[in-house]
Amino acid sequence: MHLALFLIFAAVCVGGAINLLAQKHPINSALSLIVVMGSLAMIYLLLGAEFVAAVQVIVYAGAVMVLFVFVIMLLNAGVEERTPHASRVATLLGVPGLIIGLGISAWVVSRITGLDKIAIGGPSVMNGSDVFGNPQAVGQLLFRDYLLPFEVTSILILIAIMGAVVLARREE
Amino acid sequence: MISAVDYIRILPELVLSVFGILVMIVDPLIPEQSPKRPLGMIALVGVLAGLAATAYQVGFYGDAFFHSVQVNTFSVFFHIVILLIALVVLLTSCEYLEVQKIRAGEYYGLILFGTVGMMLMTSAVELVLIFIALEISSISTYILAGMRRRVAESSESSLKYFLLGSFATAFFLYGVAMVYGATGSTNIYTIAHALRTQQSTLAYLAVGLMFVGLGFKVAAAPFHVWTPDVYEGSPAPVVALMSTGPKAAAFAVLLRVLFGTGAIGWFWIVWLAAILSMTLGNIGALVQQNVKRLLAYSSIAHAGYLLVAFAAGREVGISGAIFYTATYAAMNVGAFAVVSHLSGEGEKYVTIDDYAGLGRRSPPLAGILTIFLLSLIGIPATGGFFAKFYVFSAAFQSGLTGLVIIGVINSAIAAYYYLRIIVHMYMRDERTEAPVARIPATLGIGLAISLIATIYLGVLPGRLLEYALTSARDLVK
Repeated sequence: MHLALFLIFAAVCVGGAINLLAQKHPINSALSLIVVMGSLAMIYLLLGAEFVAAVQVIVYAGAVMVLFVFVIMLLNAGVEERTPHASRVATLLGVPGLIIGLGISAWVVSRITGLDKIAIGGPSVMNGSDVFGNPQAVGQLLFRDYLLPFEVTSILILIAIMGAVVLARREE
Repeated sequence: MISAVDYIRILPELVLSVFGILVMIVDPLIPEQSPKRPLGMIALVGVLAGLAATAYQVGFYGDAFFHSVQVNTFSVFFHIVILLIALVVLLTSCEYLEVQKIRAGEYYGLILFGTVGMMLMTSAVELVLIFIALEISSISTYILAGMRRRVAESSESSLKYFLLGSFATAFFLYGVAMVYGATGSTNIYTIAHALRTQQSTLAYLAVGLMFVGLGFKVAAAPFHVWTPDVYEGSPAPVVALMSTGPKAAAFAVLLRVLFGTGAIGWFWIVWLAAILSMTLGNIGALVQQNVKRLLAYSSIAHAGYLLVAFAAGREVGISGAIFYTATYAAMNVGAFAVVSHLSGEGEKYVTIDDYAGLGRRSPPLAGILTIFLLSLIGIPATGGFFAKFYVFSAAFQSGLTGLVIIGVINSAIAAYYYLRIIVHMYMRDERTEAPVARIPATLGIGLAISLIATIYLGVLPGRLLEYALTSARDLVK
């Protein structure tokens, strides 16, 4: 069962990544990227890393992708904007695919977080200590073992901002 | 728990970060029209303070921050090499920025932060930290490559470097993921321990992928195609930095990944990359007219000589590679310092023809450049000679006679194009009226540092070589 679920989401993930490259319109590519991020989140969930999976959805599939789409819409007023970008495959498979994907995801989420057991009054599996990817374990790793890499990332972000300022400024 | 000693073990990085931020704070306080000299001075003081902090670390060898940083002779050696590179580059930049009208604030800040990344690469023993440090050093050089905002080639080189560099970093990261898959850890110690008990196919794949990523950073063939274009378009002092600093740091990481972990199965990859880099680099350099492009191909060839030392392996090979890194940094930074002084406004004078008659127009500069070029050839009494000698003798001791023969033939080919510049300087009449500006004090100090280092290593290499041997032992321990 676990393997079958993994194969489904891995296939969706790789398919989304290939579609991302194959699409001509940037918005279509961005939407494919959401599929990739979403299925990656499900793979994390299958590995027992529910916190990472949630963060993946909130940060990547949510915040980062919104930013991507904004940037594309603001900057890409070029030829691509005027070309029609509806694909027939997407029209046919889009809604059924989405429903199936969400259905499987909902089932996995309810199984792994123990929501189904709570609903029928069984014991919850969410006691936290035996789970590898719970917030406590992630926090321990991030602020103990990987404290220095975590802090040094701030310099990386600082120079990235400096780079954006330097390269975007108009020279007179 | 984290104690004060942990902070001492990352003190040089902390000091340079603080000075980098200081440069950014002081920059807007200086009026727009007035010269930005003070920023250069702050950056110089920062690098000197970094050197002092590194010297202070000598009494505090050991691990810090939960085994993500290791301070020992190896890290201290590379810290000093990288800081000296940064020092000479800053001294060269003071004049260059004013001539080319490049904004100083971000430039000095990026050099300092980039140096932090390079230094962390050499002391990190945690692949996640190595990756982030590698990105800091790479991204700051991508940006610095595009700092000549009025020149299209500069933006081109920046973009090319960025796209290809990100691609190469992805290879490195994929290699890290494979190592984690093979050993369950990203820490060099744990990886070494796991690889001692069992080797797996994943580990071979991982080392191969990481070699691709690092091979790009050190401009080793067949991952070298970006080098000439990027070096041609970037500001000359930045080329001085990117052809030595990130390279030295990447070679340090490569030493750690290949020898610190005790990984096996990489010999033929390195062997092949060494031969390709030496041959393609030297043959490419033969036909170049632009001095920056010529030195770019020469730096590919030198990466090849260094990989010969890697292929030789063992303590002699590792210490040969460490020694070569330092020597190459000294002579190459010096050569590019001269190139950036001669280039003039908008880097107009960078072809070999512009160097014709330099021996008459500016005898001191011609003389200094000649010494650096002779060292790059590997003439005795310069550092380049002993560097090549140790590398080739290490390879010979490891029984790699074929590699030594190819290396020596390549050195002979290389002599042609270096000598061509010298011949132009002394035996051709000047065709251009290219004026040679007076050497400012800052550049003079920078040239003196690299000149003294090049000659010192050529006359008295013993002490540094002994130190390199100690570092090699510390690395494989």
